[in-house]
Amino acid sequence: MSRTTTDALYLVTIVTFILALRFLSSPKHARKGNWIGAAGMLLAIVVTLAQDGIGNYALIAIGMVVGGAVGLIGARRVKMTAMPQMVALFNGVGGGAAALISLDEFHRFAGGLTTVEATSTALSALIGSVSFSGSLVAFAKLQELISGRPIVFRGQQIVNALIIGTAAVLGVWIAAGGDRQGLIYGLIVAALVFGVMFVLPIGGADMPVVISLLNAFTGLAASATGFVLHNNVLIVAGALVGASGTLLTMLMGKAMNRSITNVLFGAFGQVQVGSGAARVDDGRTVRATSADDVAVMLSFARKVIIVPGYGLAVAQAQHDVRQLAELLEEKGVDVVYAIHPVAGRMPGHMNVLLAEANVPYDQLKEMDEVNPEFPQADVALVIGANDVTNPAARTDTSSPIYGMPILDVDKAASVVVMKRSMAPGFAGIDNELYLDPRTTMLFGDAKDSIVKLISAVKAS
Amino acid sequence: MRLPTDRGGADIEASFVLELTILVLAIFLGVEVISKVPTMLHTPLMSGTNAIHGIVIVGAIVIAGAADDTFTKVVGVVAVVLASANVVGGFVVTDRMLQMFKRREPRRESNDD
Repeated sequence: MSRTTTDALYLVTIVTFILALRFLSSPKHARKGNWIGAAGMLLAIVVTLAQDGIGNYALIAIGMVVGGAVGLIGARRVKMTAMPQMVALFNGVGGGAAALISLDEFHRFAGGLTTVEATSTALSALIGSVSFSGSLVAFAKLQELISGRPIVFRGQQIVNALIIGTAAVLGVWIAAGGDRQGLIYGLIVAALVFGVMFVLPIGGADMPVVISLLNAFTGLAASATGFVLHNNVLIVAGALVGASGTLLTMLMGKAMNRSITNVLFGAFGQVQVGSGAARVDDGRTVRATSADDVAVMLSFARKVIIVPGYGLAVAQAQHDVRQLAELLEEKGVDVVYAIHPVAGRMPGHMNVLLAEANVPYDQLKEMDEVNPEFPQADVALVIGANDVTNPAARTDTSSPIYGMPILDVDKAASVVVMKRSMAPGFAGIDNELYLDPRTTMLFGDAKDSIVKLISAVKAS
Repeated sequence: MRLPTDRGGADIEASFVLELTILVLAIFLGVEVISKVPTMLHTPLMSGTNAIHGIVIVGAIVIAGAADDTFTKVVGVVAVVLASANVVGGFVVTDRMLQMFKRREPRRESNDD
């Protein structure tokens, strides 16, 4: 197949990718869009295989069958709660593939590369390798193979700076025309070590930011590979992914009210545990309630807003919540779900978990949309969410979460918080909301409590 | 696309500006399109873009297809394995998620589990 034909057909693939992303603007057509993108991918693969100068078909076929089978099994089996790990893993393999392509190009053509090609090779090897090892560490943390807590040691920043500095020097050397094979190996090793070092100190709660960032990295690595191979489809697809990952990273940072630099290099080690000394004991107490009381409250409400947090997913209570909501709707109660952007372990995670439990998506409302509705709500039912409901974020300038956008749960006529215990959330701070006179607490495992609520609502 | 065998020269140096143009336009386009994706679909967006960066499979096929010694063959085939897992897994898992997003049914016909 001639180069012009190949490039023209790649353009078709580019269009399908853009369409796939456009169709994602509504859940109605999103699925179709995904298959359009997949068809475009298939076209690109066929076109590449038909290109002049391609051999080793048996080898390629084996690779595709093995990789495809692994991907298929993984994608079919993964639980929706484990989606962040899955995405991390796919980021990693994509980045790894990009790094290997650069390694191969350098191995074959070192010395004969143009400055642009050499620079792109170094960039693709660097970013791809960081993405590969960083994603594997993120995977291990999310899968709880290693501790999700930040792993820190003295002089960490200096060590990291030295490692990335080494990688940068080798990269510049390659860009300047260095043709020794050791350069690329050194670069890749340094980048791999850096990927590990850069994710280790980041805590479990910050994983949504890290996954988004690694997503952007893999996109950039693919783009850089496009410059190495002079391939437009790689350049465009990589740019699209890079843009998406970057936007999501910024969005997650905003939702947690933290700058990206702060997430990556900051806060760990200095998270002030504000409780204890700083706590003002003004005699207000937490009021506990029973499932029966809550059931009555819910049954006679006109509007109930359910605020699900990751605690809900941990308790695997999504189906029970949906059942409770349906029961209330049968009684004429208006029920919606208020989803905070960082509910879950990755952007949009909670929506997927609820969709899996057959909650219709028109009931899922995002923060900006639902916040004006809280004053009209009779009951806000908070299940396994903590920091995202803490009014201190609005008022208390000394609070670590000050400025973080929250769900205005405290504006509802009454608030019921379902919680395992009084333990503080990720930020390690007390929640003012629990002391509010309109708040009652329903202690216990979320699943047990909801099951009790369901039977109590049925009885009332 | 450049063939694995012909490289170097002024041609390629000149095409750099063109490629850079494509990159910059694609970034702007990406930001436009992606900012229209609702928060609700951000997880499928991420797994969908995951699948899209599986396009590195094209590069993996090129290097595996042009490999002529053990080293390049091994590197090539490993790249193909990784990229294939990325492509297939990415699209399949995105589809699995997207099929779960349903509107409220016109009035329930089942009240199971």
